[in-house]
Amino acid sequence: MDLYEYQGKSLFARVGVPVPEGRLAHTVAEAKAGALDLGGPVVIKAQVQVGGRGKAGGIKLAADHDEAAIHAEAILGMDIKGHIVHRVWVERASDIKHEYYASFTLDRGAKKHLAMVSAQGGVDIEGVAATDPDAVVKVHIDPVIGLTEWQARQLVYQAKLDPAIARPAAVTLRKLYAAFVELDCDLVEVNPLIVTGDNEVVALDAKVTIDSNALYRHPDFAEFSETFVVDPIEKMATDRGLNFIKLDGSVGIMANGAGLAMATLDVVDLVGGAAANFLDVGGSADADTVIDALEVLTQDENVGAVLINIFGGIVRCDLVAEGIVEAMTRMELPWPLVVRLDGTNAIEARAILDEKAAGKIIPAATMREGAEKAVALAKGAE
Amino acid sequence: MAILVTEDTRLVVQGLTGREGQFHALRNRAYGTNIVAGVTPGKGGTDVEGIPVFDTVAGAVDATSANAAMTFVPPAFAADAILEASAAGVDLIVCITEGIPAHDEARVYNYLKHTGSVRLVGPNCPGVLSPGKANVGIMPPNIAIPGSVGVVSRSGTLTYQAVHELTTRGIGQSTCVGIGGDPVPGSSFVDILELFQADPETEAIAMIGEIGGDAEETAAAFIAEHVTKPVIGYIAGFTAPPGKKMGHAGAIISGSQGTAIAKKEALEAVGVRVATYPEEIGEFVQEAL
Repeated sequence: MDLYEYQGKSLFARVGVPVPEGRLAHTVAEAKAGALDLGGPVVIKAQVQVGGRGKAGGIKLAADHDEAAIHAEAILGMDIKGHIVHRVWVERASDIKHEYYASFTLDRGAKKHLAMVSAQGGVDIEGVAATDPDAVVKVHIDPVIGLTEWQARQLVYQAKLDPAIARPAAVTLRKLYAAFVELDCDLVEVNPLIVTGDNEVVALDAKVTIDSNALYRHPDFAEFSETFVVDPIEKMATDRGLNFIKLDGSVGIMANGAGLAMATLDVVDLVGGAAANFLDVGGSADADTVIDALEVLTQDENVGAVLINIFGGIVRCDLVAEGIVEAMTRMELPWPLVVRLDGTNAIEARAILDEKAAGKIIPAATMREGAEKAVALAKGAE
Repeated sequence: MAILVTEDTRLVVQGLTGREGQFHALRNRAYGTNIVAGVTPGKGGTDVEGIPVFDTVAGAVDATSANAAMTFVPPAFAADAILEASAAGVDLIVCITEGIPAHDEARVYNYLKHTGSVRLVGPNCPGVLSPGKANVGIMPPNIAIPGSVGVVSRSGTLTYQAVHELTTRGIGQSTCVGIGGDPVPGSSFVDILELFQADPETEAIAMIGEIGGDAEETAAAFIAEHVTKPVIGYIAGFTAPPGKKMGHAGAIISGSQGTAIAKKEALEAVGVRVATYPEEIGEFVQEAL
């Protein structure tokens, strides 16, 4: 779960990492009131989950609350790379002496945590890493021990941060790492981490991704998920326990297991089509799951044909077949249905479909045959 | 011979009295796996269809000389269950549980590396099946037949698909290993490739990868140096939508960002034939044997 900047900063504040004071605003009036409340110059920042906000005009400095209102008017509703700005963060302007970069994440290759620090923050850090790899200092952290004091110092000195703030910078790094671990984050990234004229180390931005597997430990994070805009079809699928992602093509997909679902998308592409969605009905699908999934697919107007690709393991193909039959008695399916079932009870499943759905579904013996038939039918429907 | 699980495996099942644990443990036993004990705190002294239940893994190991553990406990308790099994002295832990928090997984992985020689397969995996010998996990054993091909995969159902492709061609398997799709799997492709290379019964290896991380790239480097047996590959996710955005930090680490094309190229560069369609896995293995 990716957090907005203001949400990430609220987590930083919890662990004692200094962040500028600010107010969240959904309207121009709220932005103006927030600026007045803060007093003095403020920065109006678009709250979107996409990089390059500044270049797109989504971050503006305002001398007072009247100018804050003008900027908020311009930024609210702005389209930044397809992300509409629904709220702005009004923040007290900072006196910036240095702009650094700091992040904590998991290095899957090394199977350890990875800290990255650079004195060249405030810019595209991937560009810095590409042109001057030495400018980004990396330290692996043993998850059993955590970020030690010497490692934090080493990050500060190797990255050649201002010696005047070496101590508070190391302390801040350890607090950010504490947030990373204790708040179950997949990523904590601060760009820029600034040094103010008063030699204070402050997180001026926050990019935080929460591990959704750990949400049970943080019931208070529920407030974050409520602010996300979810596609209505995706929401319907999620509410039914289905793993669904909307795509742009015309072949609706239903498969069991993420790997097989991905492979199904690939095969549809290889035979010249494009999937309308990724839909994994999971490892314990039964008749009801299949009915639920078919109902979700009927919501997508782009679907011209549907391919069901099930390899029965724990999932029994006969139950899937019964689900298909039941769904067809309950509703008129608006598209042709290609069915490929293999594995546990596949023979029984074929018998059920032959008896109760003959002529209503198009059977396929293999994944490839199923994909070819579904793609041809979807193209015919266009 | 087979790898990891054989006729000599003496299995203790953590979470035996739960719905999933009981269902799959009994299925595994019906296949011939020697299940010697179950563990559920508070239910020591009872039994599940004749399998004695203990309160602790140490108690189960003392009483039954169990040498492997299968973990079915819920995600909030699974990391602790793995540590308990490790402390009790088993050689192998197969963790089926899906949804363990990433930090728990990373801590457990590194702790096991520091403290001992126990091998962990999973979490979030379908388990290990040595056809005709033992099944530890949730794989449907009826799709597999004994033979000489080692199968290793990050996926569940796609593993079954691959095994099915082999079996329908009459090609049997030495062992099928699902290493799981989590960010920090206890065993990597490299760990399992090493075992298959050393196993005299295994003559060829089918390796099923997917997008994300760099496990396939690392495996390619290992194959070039250490694997003399033919390896057939498959990668899922060429057209998958970009998954979780890991921000800039993730992109910097992975370099290639874990794309399917990068993985395919890395494998092909070291002589691994990579199937485009899942159906080709069986075909290519047949040609390699």
